[in-house]
Amino acid sequence: MPTDQTQFRTALLDPTQPVPDGLTDGAGQPTTKRFAVYRNNVTVALTEALKTAFPVLVSLLGRQNFDQLARLFVRAHPPTSPLMIHYGAHMPAFLSGFAPLSHIKYLSDVARLELALRQSYHAADVTPFDGRKLGTFEAHQIVASTLTLAPAATVIPTVWPLFDIWRYTTQSGAPKPRAIAQPILITRVEFDPEPHALTPAQAAWLSHVTGGATLGAAQDSAMAIDPGFDLFTLLTLLIQNNAIANFTTPKD
Amino acid sequence: MSNTMKSVAIMGAVAAAFASQTATPADAAAKEKCYGISLAGENDCAAGPGTTCAGTSTVDYQGNAWTLVDVGTCAEIELPDLADGSARTGSLEELDRDLPA
Repeated sequence: MPTDQTQFRTALLDPTQPVPDGLTDGAGQPTTKRFAVYRNNVTVALTEALKTAFPVLVSLLGRQNFDQLARLFVRAHPPTSPLMIHYGAHMPAFLSGFAPLSHIKYLSDVARLELALRQSYHAADVTPFDGRKLGTFEAHQIVASTLTLAPAATVIPTVWPLFDIWRYTTQSGAPKPRAIAQPILITRVEFDPEPHALTPAQAAWLSHVTGGATLGAAQDSAMAIDPGFDLFTLLTLLIQNNAIANFTTPKD
Repeated sequence: MSNTMKSVAIMGAVAAAFASQTATPADAAAKEKCYGISLAGENDCAAGPGTTCAGTSTVDYQGNAWTLVDVGTCAEIELPDLADGSARTGSLEELDRDLPA
């Protein structure tokens, strides 16, 4: 009986499955060993891809623990696209549902950050908004304005010290993470994405604005969290990192 | 905060932030590729799996691996001398020293 693709694929990703019937080598013999070698190569290659994809997770968990996690992940979530640069999109959800690591609650946010950094690296270039185009405007126009971020700019909300964790694992001599909530803004000026630590109020402002809210509405949401919210600091961060693609002011 | 005060605050912040955009030259913190300074496996590039650049250098100070550094600092980065006692420096172009065997 010929082996169909579904059977072959199931057996490839699950070592408890028997080698599919009907696979033979050139001499008509069963290919148990050949199939096992192939199955092993697939898992090892995908595990290596995950190590490249999630260097911070590797460093937090240790190589051996990460290998065990990766083996389970690649069998549950094999690539769905030949573009390996974005492989691992299911990692945050996989980690939040993974009982053995459920005591390290920030892991899925770390995975989200690493995915977003790669996304930013490969995002389209855009000419940053030129402030001189703003011209003169009235206060009520500014309050009703909206803006769009560059494709390479993303916000990662979190209640964990995500920036400190990232810095502690990627830079030698970096200080230990503090017990604060540190949402992250990723920007990319030239080639490499760069994470910036945000306050919860800044993150709230950004998620409202990226959701299409006006500057007035975003200001209210940020000031509800922190009455001392300073818009100038955040806008300066965005502008200096070429993160604002467009700024739309209503005509009247 | 009253609505008027809020709009004035937002307008002030927007105007001031965009004014500083034109005041600071865009290349203030520009980076350039510096060859021959990365430790093994620590060369830059965050492109992810299926690409060939990140962390692929296999010897320290590999001449064809680069790290992004602030513009103008590449040749001044302190590196240990070469085996023959001559100075080892970073370069903006690929080098043929310290290549993997």
